[in-house]
Amino acid sequence: MLAALGRVIAVTLKELIQLRRDRLTFGMILGIPVMQLVIFGYAINADPKRLPTALLSRDPGQIERNIVGALERSGYFRIVAEVSGQREAERLVATGEVAFVVTIPDGFTRDLLKGERPRLLIEADATDPAATSNAVAALAQLPRSALLHDLPDLVQAPPFEVLVHRRYNPEGLTAYNIVPGLLGVILTMTMILMTSLAVTRETERGTMENLLAMPVKPAEVMLGKVLPYVAIGYVQVAVVLVAARLLFQVPMLGSLGLLTLALLAFLLANLAVGLTFSTVARNQLQAMQMTFFFFLPSMLLSGFMFPFRGMPDWAQAIGEVLPLTHFLRIVRGILLKGNGLPEIWPEVWPLLAFAGVAWTVAILRYRRTLD
Amino acid sequence: MTAPLAIDVEGLTKRFGPRTVVDGIALKVPAREVWGFLGPNGSGKTTTIRMLCGLLRPDAGRGTCLGLDIVNEAEAIKLQVGYMTQRFSFYEDLTVEENLSFVARLYGLPKRRRTVEETLERVGLAGRRAQLAGSLSGGWKQRLALAACMMHTPKLLLLDEPTAGVDPQARREFWEQIHALARDGVTVLVSTHYMDEAERCDRIAYIAYGKLLATGTVAEVIAGARLSTWVATGPGRDDVARTLAGVPGIGTAVFGPSLHVSSPDAEALRRAIQPVLGNPRLAWREAAPSLEDVFIHLISGAPRP
Ligand SMILES: Nc1ncnc2c1ncn2[C@@H]1O[C@H](COP(=O)(O)OP(=O)(O)OP(=O)(O)O)[C@@H](O)[C@H]1O
Ligand SMILES: [Mg+2]
Repeated sequence: MLAALGRVIAVTLKELIQLRRDRLTFGMILGIPVMQLVIFGYAINADPKRLPTALLSRDPGQIERNIVGALERSGYFRIVAEVSGQREAERLVATGEVAFVVTIPDGFTRDLLKGERPRLLIEADATDPAATSNAVAALAQLPRSALLHDLPDLVQAPPFEVLVHRRYNPEGLTAYNIVPGLLGVILTMTMILMTSLAVTRETERGTMENLLAMPVKPAEVMLGKVLPYVAIGYVQVAVVLVAARLLFQVPMLGSLGLLTLALLAFLLANLAVGLTFSTVARNQLQAMQMTFFFFLPSMLLSGFMFPFRGMPDWAQAIGEVLPLTHFLRIVRGILLKGNGLPEIWPEVWPLLAFAGVAWTVAILRYRRTLD
Repeated sequence: MTAPLAIDVEGLTKRFGPRTVVDGIALKVPAREVWGFLGPNGSGKTTTIRMLCGLLRPDAGRGTCLGLDIVNEAEAIKLQVGYMTQRFSFYEDLTVEENLSFVARLYGLPKRRRTVEETLERVGLAGRRAQLAGSLSGGWKQRLALAACMMHTPKLLLLDEPTAGVDPQARREFWEQIHALARDGVTVLVSTHYMDEAERCDRIAYIAYGKLLATGTVAEVIAGARLSTWVATGPGRDDVARTLAGVPGIGTAVFGPSLHVSSPDAEALRRAIQPVLGNPRLAWREAAPSLEDVFIHLISGAPRP
């Protein structure tokens, strides 16, 4: 056991020395986060429809049905849950199960008919403004659309007020959404690339023959090789978070300790992907190509580039498998919503499962001979 | 046979795709002996050595190294075997000292610093400890690789062309070191293309096209070939070499001013050189065949795949 630890340390030290001598790579590791942060600081918009919405109705009846009908006709809202209390509504928004909560207050119909212009409260999860802004804009038409048929004479003057609360990101700043997401994108990119290169380099330079001839086990080599990158991953996170704070004033509501732990699951998942690639790639170029092959869908289908809910079902299904998807929800949840472990757990276990599978594949595929 | 065998394999076979690169090789190397492993380029020396230390899985055959099964106990073999690769395979972006430290850690050597220090001193690399391995000259790289694979005091050394590109002085020191190790109980299998090195070995094994063609002491290998050799010295040797080159069963080799002509069939040889025996620009004499004559004969007689 102690001997195994010694061998892992030997490999780690060696990797660190090599990394230190490779100025270009070293520069990239720190340069990429800053560069991407600046580039992606500005948003990419899209128009997702049929966003999951929870209904909290304290005034059941015809008017309620009219409003629900109007919401669904707008194309942006899909009632997926009817809740009875504020607390449950809060939970649904925090876990991301719904993007909106529509609250119809007590006595809404009575006030409406008296002409007292009651308020319809709509809470929007604005952590991803690109995903919700169009839906919010469509709300302007809601009163008219809801009452035109049954109460046409009320439609002239706005019969009720629609009050929108943007939760978590009141001003709808896209940087709030993009910057934490960048954290995941940068880590995906560097972790997979670095590890896949680190092993492929040994094959390409012929040092693998020597390594295989020495009494070090595959798992020890792999562990020794990824440890430096775990450390590098954390350095990148620190760089991005500091920059996010200074450049974009991104709030950090949740626990950084929790983020640190969740990060580990994410890093391990990505490192294993890199290792698996390195067992397939014959040279560093191939390793690089495979990294991009994985990286592009991660960017596009995880909800980083386009709002996750705006994607077709098949794309969402692929997205659900990718570590980045879950990590984005975790990091946005922790930083912007102040989520704790119970809220992020549904996203953590898929990461752990992915990491477990990927590590198994990597270890099984690692070459023990030169065949 | 009473001495334990350090290497004991039989029927060792390796195929790459349709090509059989090593074909049913049997090697029995007694402990404490120094064996030379010879054969032309691409004959399968490196492949054989890789199978011995568990780096390649044989397609057929079985055997042991130091009493451990080469297929199932490769991990245990690695602890006791020092393998020096033909191509330099240490880290070029690590310094000499860092490379040695890395190896020492992987083997879990006690008193790591001391061991590394002593190794540096012994092979004369102390002055270059901080130099990147990639910037060493070819010969120094070989010395570093050799030093590194001996640091854990292995019981069996598998050296793949350790002296390629090494200057004569360093080669002599290398061979003195090898024999000193053998006296201490180490078994050595060393591949080489140098005839003088073959003669320094206790025994040699000669391989061509994946087949083991001869094993034994140099004298045994020479005697086993039953060659007759004639040596012609003089300025006309090139013409004669050209004339005889196409004659089947006859091997020719130029050594400095002389030409060696050999054949297993003494009569046929005499008939073949009869026409040129009277050439006034050449002096002919019958001689004992050299190891190289024997190798040339062995390759020419080996079935090409
Ligand atoms: N991984 C491989 N895949 C395919 N063919 C291979 C592989 N390794 C070796 N060979 C082939 O096997 C044959 C024997 O190679 P090997 O390296 O064992 O020869 P060698 O005797 O060591 O030659 P040299 O004296 O040039 O070092 C060669 O023809 C080589 O092309
Ligand atoms: Mg070779």
